Amino acid sequence: MTAATTNTGAPIRAKRVLPGFTLSLGTTLLYLTFIVLIPVIALILKGAEIGPEGFWRIISSPRAVAAFQITLTAALIATIFNAIYGLLMAWVLVRYEFRGKRLLDALMDVPFALPTAVAGLALTALFSANGWFGPVLDAMGIQVVYTIWGIALAMAFTSVPFVVRTVQPVLEDMDPALEQAALTLGARPWAIFTRVVFPAILPAWLAGCTTAFARSLGEFGAIVFIAGNLPFRTEIAALLAYIRLEEFDYNGAAAIALVLLGFALVLLVVSNLLQVWASRHREASR
Amino acid sequence: MSAAPHAHLPGQSRRGERILIGLAVGLTLLFIAAPMLFIFARAFAQGWQVYAANILHPATLHAIWLTTITAIIVVPLNVGFGIAAAWAVAKHRFPGRGILVTIIEIPFSISPIIAGICYLLLYGRQGILGPWLQANDLQVVFALPGIVLVTMFVTAPFVAREVLPLMQAQGTEQEQAAVTLGANGWQIFTRVTLPNIKWALLYGAVLCTARAVGEFGGVSVVSGNIRGQTNTLPLHVELLFNDLNAVGAFAAASTLTLIAVVALIIKAALEGRKQA
Repeated sequence: MTAATTNTGAPIRAKRVLPGFTLSLGTTLLYLTFIVLIPVIALILKGAEIGPEGFWRIISSPRAVAAFQITLTAALIATIFNAIYGLLMAWVLVRYEFRGKRLLDALMDVPFALPTAVAGLALTALFSANGWFGPVLDAMGIQVVYTIWGIALAMAFTSVPFVVRTVQPVLEDMDPALEQAALTLGARPWAIFTRVVFPAILPAWLAGCTTAFARSLGEFGAIVFIAGNLPFRTEIAALLAYIRLEEFDYNGAAAIALVLLGFALVLLVVSNLLQVWASRHREASR
Repeated sequence: MSAAPHAHLPGQSRRGERILIGLAVGLTLLFIAAPMLFIFARAFAQGWQVYAANILHPATLHAIWLTTITAIIVVPLNVGFGIAAAWAVAKHRFPGRGILVTIIEIPFSISPIIAGICYLLLYGRQGILGPWLQANDLQVVFALPGIVLVTMFVTAPFVAREVLPLMQAQGTEQEQAAVTLGANGWQIFTRVTLPNIKWALLYGAVLCTARAVGEFGGVSVVSGNIRGQTNTLPLHVELLFNDLNAVGAFAAASTLTLIAVVALIIKAALEGRKQA
């Protein structure tokens, strides 16, 4: 009789038996409220204070529109490059064995670990006229530093691990039986990749690309070094917000920041939905 | 080749494999490794003595000190937050857990520059709390507290996201057994939970340190870039670069690169252990 009551009571009560719930949840909520939520709310309140008309006037000004266009274009170029390069890296790191593989894998974390300002400084110097790559590209008539290509380069550098690290575990988890079946049925390698492997990693790959794109839109440190920062030519949105702050135009800065925040949150939702799709996919293919 | 379907999966003609590996290695050397090596090449371009003189310049030393102080304050707070968040979410069930996890991840998707603007709008002179702070003679923005707060924002998810999945995977049986045996909360945490998560915790702390040390955009907004006062090391790199002091900029950058390399080595060493 006593056994029966513990059996029914245990699973429900067990979750509450562990101590420290109030303390840990309280600490978490306090930290998040003061460090994350209140500052973000301050920005949203500022946006509300500006009002829809003022907001629209700021973000539809020619200079702001140009900045958004440059940011989106460069982020798109960077993401397309990373979509291919990141997929190649994930594939090579998972599927092949070769000397130096562990070092190559570790190098994929460099963009995360290296401060963005350092990355910006290094890329700028490397691709400028007296760097290692600048003269070669110059001879080919390609100008990277102080152009949109430089912005895209800096964005690509800082965001490539997102693609690699999202695709890699999915590739590792894939059931080899599917590919072996395709192979026994006489499919050629390329057909196996496009019909079997690629559909399996597609959700994760898209999720990685979305995160990389979001990261590129918000990147600042690496870009300010290489962009040259000319209004209408190489001025990104984050920098324009920064310039508005320096001019004490807080409304201008807040409006541009809010647009970037909106982009970031939409992309966060898209990426989360893709991740959910990816994990369902993974379970199904296991 | 098709005789042994187990040996290799698609794409597996040796030639195709070699081309892909070559492409991957080549691109990574040019795109990722070269910038890192270039920093050291430039920093030491004029010899050790010039390098040492640049590092030991009072302004650079001050920047190193400020960055160190910031990391020393931020990382332990972040570890505490990470443990609290993981304990609350992984070991208990309550409504809104999913939302809480999403909120923890928010700083990852918000550009640091936006974080900086948020803090300026809250604590700055024209900000919401500005008048109150001034009346009480408290300075947050353009001073150390602002730098610390923005860095806390940017690094918030780092420890939590490493520890949380691990705690979730481990469940609560061991802790419940400890409760039955009469252990108190502190004993359960230090003797049961902590040994299980210590490597993941260290891993998260290392990533958090690297990020805290390198933070640029957010700190740039709230610090005001006051030379010799609120100039962290990454900001100092930019300042020297704008001063056209390339060797100095690269010397300062090389110390940051060194920290990143050490963090990566520790990370690689911990990679295998943290799941265990």
